[in-house]
Amino acid sequence: MNVRRLVLFVPLVVVVGLGAFLYQRLDDDPYARDSALLSRPFPEFSLSTLGDPQARLDASLLKGQVSLVNVWGEWCPTCKHEMPQLLDLASRDVHMVGVDYKDTRAKGRQFLEEFGNPFSVNLFDPDGTLGFDLGVYGAPETFLVDAEGVIRYHHTGYIRPEDVRDVILPTLERIAKPAAGAAGEEASS
Amino acid sequence: MKSVLRSFAIPLVQALVVLLFLAWLAAGKAQAAIEVHQFNNPVLQKRYDSLTAALRCPKCQNQAIGDSDSPIAGDMRQNVADLLKDGRSDSEIQNFMVARFGEYVLYNPRLDGRTWLLWGGPAALILIGLMIVTLIVRARRRARVRALDDDEQARLSALLATHREVSRDAKERS
Repeated sequence: MNVRRLVLFVPLVVVVGLGAFLYQRLDDDPYARDSALLSRPFPEFSLSTLGDPQARLDASLLKGQVSLVNVWGEWCPTCKHEMPQLLDLASRDVHMVGVDYKDTRAKGRQFLEEFGNPFSVNLFDPDGTLGFDLGVYGAPETFLVDAEGVIRYHHTGYIRPEDVRDVILPTLERIAKPAAGAAGEEASS
Repeated sequence: MKSVLRSFAIPLVQALVVLLFLAWLAAGKAQAAIEVHQFNNPVLQKRYDSLTAALRCPKCQNQAIGDSDSPIAGDMRQNVADLLKDGRSDSEIQNFMVARFGEYVLYNPRLDGRTWLLWGGPAALILIGLMIVTLIVRARRRARVRALDDDEQARLSALLATHREVSRDAKERS
């Protein structure tokens, strides 16, 4: 077969290649996003806590130790299913910060009474301003923040028990080591 | 004839009126879910409309924030309106949203390392296509006007000679 004949197969190869590429992307989760906040400092805020309307906390809360920040709300059914995983993490000595997002104090408190409180502190964000700066578009969403206050991992949606084991705990361990992973960027899920 | 026409036309008109009414109801309902931001300045209003039409709602699969009644789209519209009143430029507002929600929110992705194929691909394909067509046309034109070389001339004469012989034989037989 001469070269001219072979050229006729080029379109076939291109079409098959394109088909394979597109077919493989069919399985992608359409809700998966790259987080815009990875490797960026946790946004500034000034919020009260769920327990104390007079309190004023800011982003320095997240400096000095690795923290897990979980955005939740009483109105969010998935958050209820996520609580056992968060309680499990809290029992492993993780610094847990809750953000009660677009909620009322009464409902937020009632939620924690009913489903348990894994958080050492709960920021109260009734207008969703901190949530907006975090790029939160629903709840639950979870951020892992290193001791410098830099966001190192962003989990959108429900944390399954296997996510705790396979993703959250290994990531916490990695970012707890100072400077070791500072150059690496984590993929969000 | 007239009565036949009437018996078709009247139900048709009635059906159309009902349909229009339903469409009007649906439109009213869709609008009711999205608040209206009023601007004193018509230029701001226009910029607001075009920004909210070109920013994509992060919660929804494929909706601009101007079309979506999801809470996050409402928050984003509020921010767009506030930033516009604050005198920010369109690109500043887009950067503000991208910093929070990622490139995903831009319906017109920017030209960068990840999107050059998206922007350049169609133009490149058209160029490649034009090149291929040009090559084919040129090759054909050259083939048409080129004179036969000696070998080809000899082959042609031989073929014609055989053909003449064959047709002569056929004629003689008939």
